[in-house]
Amino acid sequence: MSTLLEVEDLEVQFGRPGAPGTVKAVDGVTFKVERGRTLGLVGESGCGKSTTGYAILQLIRATAGRVMYDGTDLCQVDKRNLRRLRRKLQIIFQDAHASLNPRMPIGDLVGEALDIHGLFPGAKRTGRIRELLDMVGLAGHLIERYPHELSGGQAQRVAICRALAVEPELIVCDEPVSALDVSIQAQIVNLLQDLQERLGLTYIFISHDLSVVRHISDNVAVMYLGRIVEFAGKDEIYNAPAHPYTKSLMSAVPVPDPDIEAQRKRIILKGDLPNPADPPSGCRFRTRCPVALPQCAKIDPMQYPLEDGHWAKCILLAKNA
Amino acid sequence: MPLLSIRNLQTRFATDRGIVRAVNGVSFDLEEGEILGLVGESGSGKSVTALSIMRLVPEPPGKVTADAMTLEGTDLLRLNEAEVRAFRGSRMAMIFQDPMRSLNPVLTIGRQITEVLRRHQKLDGAAARRRAIELLETVGIPMAEKRLAAYPHQFSGGMRQRVMIAIALSCNPRLLIADEATTALDVTIQAQIIDLVKRLTRDRGTSVIWISHDLGVVAGLCDRVNVMYAGNVVESGPIRELFHRPSHGYTLGLMGSTPRVDGGARRLTPIEGVPPNLIDPTPLCPFLPRCRVSADACRTQAPVRRDFGAGHWAACLADLAK
Repeated sequence: MSTLLEVEDLEVQFGRPGAPGTVKAVDGVTFKVERGRTLGLVGESGCGKSTTGYAILQLIRATAGRVMYDGTDLCQVDKRNLRRLRRKLQIIFQDAHASLNPRMPIGDLVGEALDIHGLFPGAKRTGRIRELLDMVGLAGHLIERYPHELSGGQAQRVAICRALAVEPELIVCDEPVSALDVSIQAQIVNLLQDLQERLGLTYIFISHDLSVVRHISDNVAVMYLGRIVEFAGKDEIYNAPAHPYTKSLMSAVPVPDPDIEAQRKRIILKGDLPNPADPPSGCRFRTRCPVALPQCAKIDPMQYPLEDGHWAKCILLAKNA
Repeated sequence: MPLLSIRNLQTRFATDRGIVRAVNGVSFDLEEGEILGLVGESGSGKSVTALSIMRLVPEPPGKVTADAMTLEGTDLLRLNEAEVRAFRGSRMAMIFQDPMRSLNPVLTIGRQITEVLRRHQKLDGAAARRRAIELLETVGIPMAEKRLAAYPHQFSGGMRQRVMIAIALSCNPRLLIADEATTALDVTIQAQIIDLVKRLTRDRGTSVIWISHDLGVVAGLCDRVNVMYAGNVVESGPIRELFHRPSHGYTLGLMGSTPRVDGGARRLTPIEGVPPNLIDPTPLCPFLPRCRVSADACRTQAPVRRDFGAGHWAACLADLAK
């Protein structure tokens, strides 16, 4: 198993450094993704998960840190080379309709991706477009249709098709199924899994829906106010969450079984996410944490290693705590 | 007598392409203090059912008819506009998915809550203000007195939804309809809101219709569920019976599509295809083209309602015991 992507101390700051109201949307994020695997990035609105995804693809420039992709630091690559590398790095957004030009027929939307990178020119172009549409389960006759004629599920298939057209290695999926009905959501989740198996794709799957993330991911990183607070395999993160935030998050996810629901103990958090422009000192979760200690205000917790690459940032995990 | 009783509700909309039968013969009862879930895909008629009860369907282009639609014995369809206004807010209230669209951005939170109290309960300024503070405290908004002067944009999504609940509850309605009220919220905030709704129904005996596409939320909150497809209820039952013995091909499809946070690597079994158009309803089962468990009978005759006891029934001809 080889590492495809390595993110180190990634930081994204919005606003003039030092000025009041600046927000560190991403603050020291570090993780690795193995080739052909899926990393789930979860957390509540405003935790910085999408910004992390955009910063990896250089759609937003990081203010510090490194994004090592196949041995190259993407943060240091110039514009021209970045364009070449973008062929390998693609993204799918939540609102597929908003990401498709309403004036372009589906065939051109997919063909545009080929043209930009000079793939399948001339006579082979149409054949390749049909092949790609077929790969994502869209009928060939849709080639002449426009985005407004598509359902939400079909539009998301076109967006996936555009991403696949350039034969990428890594796809950042930013809430790709959140706007879809469950029946359609399941179709897209299965499609993403099939494509991964067939093409050896690597995914960063960003979502607030922990059920979908558990289903599709190999590893899961939990973010809170710009930081990863826990990282683990998908089963450990649900069966043995270590960070108090992960625990409350997992306890809050509803399970479609009334008997299990009746037995469950929810850890209900107090209040809302603090103002990210003025985050709490020490551990950022302490203001909502049900088990916070006085020293949590002073100590910025380190990564406490648990088993099998599982780690969490909480001082309660210190051996002598 | 049930609090709310609906028989053969039909809501149609005239469009350029024909008459859309958004709700096509819905019947159900809601008991006092009961939480009823309405589940189904977009376009299944959940929201239009709710809007029809609230008499919020614009007529025209809409047309709402029913053999009966009574709240505490009053025929909702016979109320004139003034009477409906008096009912809304005081006897029945509704909260929506996006609280920002329901709140006026240029009025303070306090003004928007006291407006309801002054109008429906005829409270004077000071009394309305005291009651507004009480209500915000009930829904768990800290420093309620200070918050009255705040504007909606100064609140987070979860707090705005709490304000909507406070407004909805301000006149002690007997019926509360929540349309995807927690769908836009983060799970930890959703858990807070569900906790609040449970507490309020227990303390006040309010009846709730909870519209959601999230089977997990429904499993944890509701007493009973109506599954809707193509404008009709296709299966109905007490929560445990329905989840443990789903008896309609569509209910089965919904459950197979739903990933579980406590589940293993089971592959999802999606519902293939798309919902039918509601302009030319088929005499056969509307779910037939997408059904994985259909029987021969489904292709020749209309679905019949089969009862399984304890108020659990499904309009399905397939033999799901197989």
